Amino acid sequence: MNIWERDEILKRKDYAAKQNFMGRLFVAPPVILFLLFTLIPMVMAIGLSFTDYDIINAPNFVGLRNFKNIFTDEFFFIALRNTCYYTVLYVPLGLLLSLAAALFLNVNKKVVSLFRTLFYLPVLSSTVATATLWFWILNPQLGLLNGLLGLFGINGPAWLYNSRLAMISIVMMSLWAGFGGNMMIFLSGLKGIPDVYYEAARVEGAGRWKMFTKITMPLLTKTTFLVSTMLIIGTFQVFDQAYILTKGGPGNATITLVYYIYNQGFNNLDMGYASSISLILFAIILVMTIINQKINKAEI
Amino acid sequence: MWINVKRKFRSICWYIGAILIALMTVYPFLWMVSTAFKPEAEIFSNPLSLFSANFSFDNFRAALETIPFMRYFMNSMILAVGGVITNVFFGALAGYSFAKLKFKGRKASFSLLLSSMMIPGVVTMIPQFLVLKNFPLAGGNNILGQGGQGFINSYAAILLPGAVGAFAVFFMKQFFETLPDDLAEAARVDGSSEFRIFWQIYLPLIKPAAITLGIMTFQSGWNSFMWPMIVLNSKEMMTIQVGLATFQYQYNTKYGPLMAGTVLATLPVLLLFIFAQKYYVQGIALSGSKE
Repeated sequence: MNIWERDEILKRKDYAAKQNFMGRLFVAPPVILFLLFTLIPMVMAIGLSFTDYDIINAPNFVGLRNFKNIFTDEFFFIALRNTCYYTVLYVPLGLLLSLAAALFLNVNKKVVSLFRTLFYLPVLSSTVATATLWFWILNPQLGLLNGLLGLFGINGPAWLYNSRLAMISIVMMSLWAGFGGNMMIFLSGLKGIPDVYYEAARVEGAGRWKMFTKITMPLLTKTTFLVSTMLIIGTFQVFDQAYILTKGGPGNATITLVYYIYNQGFNNLDMGYASSISLILFAIILVMTIINQKINKAEI
Repeated sequence: MWINVKRKFRSICWYIGAILIALMTVYPFLWMVSTAFKPEAEIFSNPLSLFSANFSFDNFRAALETIPFMRYFMNSMILAVGGVITNVFFGALAGYSFAKLKFKGRKASFSLLLSSMMIPGVVTMIPQFLVLKNFPLAGGNNILGQGGQGFINSYAAILLPGAVGAFAVFFMKQFFETLPDDLAEAARVDGSSEFRIFWQIYLPLIKPAAITLGIMTFQSGWNSFMWPMIVLNSKEMMTIQVGLATFQYQYNTKYGPLMAGTVLATLPVLLLFIFAQKYYVQGIALSGSKE
């Protein structure tokens, strides 16, 4: 080995050691924050769920009491039912609306990008701002919606003050606020379908409906599943809308799971109980997340 | 000839449909702005009209007098811009490291970060509050984290846990992976430090992606509500979204000032969207919708 070669090897080793150190240093901030604000809290949540912690007094171990209490807690089931009701209404409608809008915009016209922007506009606004705006839109006497219904001679209801319509109002607002985002995902899914498929179908004399059911839908299966699981993960965590529009009312009709956890944890300071409910919610969301990731990886 | 007529007809129908949907998404915003500039009497006598002869700033004045909206606006701006700076910088740094550097524990730390995407904020919200409240030597706390408020009611309660999320790291990593390795090799031989290689060679090449991430971070920071409501509860620390929610709760029949506040809470993101649309389109295509 001559001196040049040895020098070269030493240099290489030096680079590798430097990279090893700098590489770790560069990823340290997110890793440390993950430990401090995700991993430790996750372990704490599990620990807290076996206690009666109330911030003021030291926590006492209570075993499975919190989890047992959940099953006899009337309000937990009201919150669960409301959340499921919201999910059952919002997910299919949201899916349908955003797919329809995407199909509608999937044409060769120059103005498409303008309309895409306009359809997307509600997504930009915060849920608080959107909910405040809808609080005004849904005003029984002066609001835009009942004013519009009035033009057709319909006497609009008191949306937010009616326990049957309150959740439906929240669904309407969320649909308006959210369809643009999923429309964009469907649009990029549609862009990924090669034109040759449609050309071949046209040559075979297939009609529009046939092309939609035989080409578009099958090739959008993956996107549709992804959007649905994402929607479900979101709907199980709905909070802002219910908090602003109805404060959970009237008569607990719009108390959602996250709302109930928030109330138990930060208003009643029953942090042990709130943690145990949050773990149940976590289990539900985890199942959806795993399905979502499986689909994301799968070749459909 | 007949086919042409049919095509024309179809095109006209498309335009009518597009305009109707656009009216549904845009009209409520116009109505919001119009309510914000309408005198109170007119809001009650003529609520639906879009244009008013008596254009006035009274509602804005009333909103700013009842609640310190400007202070909240500044709080939100500081928190959102702070989040953008830390997320873009640390996200790019870690993303670059995962994409281009070889170090021990790379795979393990990467899957660790990946797993954080599976944990919803609801589960960690209560313990995270406790971690911030009992942070040692912060906000009057002793070394054991007792005695004070910790980071609660300070900007750090938002800036620190949100300084750099897994999403920012993954987002940036994708872009660094598309760049060739030999740029770094050449610079290393010239004796550049690893940070300089990142900062002067690689980072400028993915500037559009960094801007896109910055815009997405700004929007989610500006619009976030639940976490700021939990950790910033003193009157002068509230963000504009929390302030608006409080205002809506206390003065829910004062529609004029309420809409004026809503305009203020919406404006920055809307302006950003108008001026940075091309980056938005990129971001939406890559990350899907907001939640």
